[in-house]
Amino acid sequence: MMEQLLSLIRNIDTSAEVVADAAPFTVSIAPKSLASVAGALHADPAAYFDQLTCVTGVDNGPEANTMEVIYHLYSIPFNASLALKVILNRENPEVESLCSVWKSANWLERETFDMLGIRFLNHPDLRRILRPADWEGFPLRKDYKEMDTYREVKVKY
Amino acid sequence: MALHSTVTQGKIQYRFREDNLALSEPNKFKAGDLRLEEMIINLGPQHPSTHGVLRLEVISDGEVIRQVVPHIGYLHRCFEKHAENLPYNQIIPFVDRMDYVASMNSEHAFAMGVERMMGISGSLPKRVEFVRVLVAELNRISSHLIAIGTYGLDIGAFTPMFWIMRDREHILRMLEWASGARLLYNYIWVGGLFYDLPVGFEEKCREFISYFEPHVRELEQLLIGNKIFIDRTANVGVLPLDLAINCGASGPMLRGSGLRFDLRKVDAYSVYPELDFEVPIGEGKMGTTGDCWDRTWVRICEIRESMKIVGQCVEKLLGEHKRTREFDPQAAVPKKIRPKAQDFYVRAENPKGELGFFFRSDGKSDIPFRCKVRSCCFVNLSILEELSKGVLIADLVAILGSIDIVLGEVDR
Repeated sequence: MMEQLLSLIRNIDTSAEVVADAAPFTVSIAPKSLASVAGALHADPAAYFDQLTCVTGVDNGPEANTMEVIYHLYSIPFNASLALKVILNRENPEVESLCSVWKSANWLERETFDMLGIRFLNHPDLRRILRPADWEGFPLRKDYKEMDTYREVKVKY
Repeated sequence: MALHSTVTQGKIQYRFREDNLALSEPNKFKAGDLRLEEMIINLGPQHPSTHGVLRLEVISDGEVIRQVVPHIGYLHRCFEKHAENLPYNQIIPFVDRMDYVASMNSEHAFAMGVERMMGISGSLPKRVEFVRVLVAELNRISSHLIAIGTYGLDIGAFTPMFWIMRDREHILRMLEWASGARLLYNYIWVGGLFYDLPVGFEEKCREFISYFEPHVRELEQLLIGNKIFIDRTANVGVLPLDLAINCGASGPMLRGSGLRFDLRKVDAYSVYPELDFEVPIGEGKMGTTGDCWDRTWVRICEIRESMKIVGQCVEKLLGEHKRTREFDPQAAVPKKIRPKAQDFYVRAENPKGELGFFFRSDGKSDIPFRCKVRSCCFVNLSILEELSKGVLIADLVAILGSIDIVLGEVDR
């Protein structure tokens, strides 16, 4: 099953690579091909990934200077899990939104945007979700410094 | 201006500004966006039927809802940021505080994930596994009781709330007896348990089941079979299966729409494959498959299944894996929790759906590099927007209640 999926992904993105030491099976792909790979995985009857369960953003810190977004997909009929990983530039983290494929991407991507400042292009409603709209900075970045005060209330406890 | 400022010891703590009212949580829609006859109604964040601190921005035309925009985050406690600064075993108390009505289940999922990363999940004593499943299923019953009771309260049935609180208290007292805490247990540890069950716990479980069995029937007759309840919930908030899957629904939400999908069966984690239980699904008995009534009915059936599991666990704990003097529940607890460098995603069936944890460990430290929670309530709540287009305001409350959210887990 996993070889089939890998060849399916490699048909679209030749640079796709299997990530070592990751469970479930994780494939690292180029950010520009994410939308087409996701669309194919959703639509292909041999893959049929009908659920997007989790979207995780990871900041690798200023030294590595990269960010990652990891999408956990699950196929109910095949009982198969797959994770897609894209590595983004930390200065300008942008990736295509998957809202048109899976509706669950909407809030999950909003949360990733809120926490890490990764922008999802063509997202229908990219606003902060857990933080107040006027909060400064993205808390899960490794170099995040909280504000001294938020509306004149001390932030640091 | 001075009138609105709070001054303590000469320092201004808070100053009122006109734009404070609009800046922080602005509505998505402005008055200018609305069509004739439409209005914006704010439901919450302190409204009792929103089950906590959830604000719904409702665009309505008279009593018909055009759109609902949920605003969440009022109970955000930075779990993921905290988790990046704590050793794995010290994260467990924080995990408790996410879904505070089903802490055992969340702990179970978390501990299981870390054990699999360490590669020790196969070597745990069977008694530990059965105790974990026993307390998790007890907690599942109490969580479903809250879901059903508060749902009744939302749509006008007052008595069931008191009944479920009475029965739930028995469970909470038993778990308090085992762990020392009523709601936030910190009982399941990575690699073991805090303590073995207290002497006599298994017998008390049996007693509870024989006490509780008729009460479930009573609750079913009083609430689920009630004509008024059926009229309020049948054919309301119908979630078709394809939409449910595409929106990432899980738990009773997905099963209510008619898919027999339970991670306890699908993933067969812990000792669930050794236990005999059914997975109930919504069948549209009172209306359409996937309506609010189906979801509630699935919860009632799951209470029964959980009682079956509790009974079987008690049998095992009194027979095959019974208490011995030598048994040490902390024997397999690792002295140092330092998994090798890897990405790991673990998921488990919580009362409300699929709870997932994503870990990234760097292999060099005891604290995770990244710990992300896939919250079931968060994803299930995102379906509300789809479900409540064109319904009446009274039905919005019925739909929201049937999703069964705990804001502690939505906001984390």
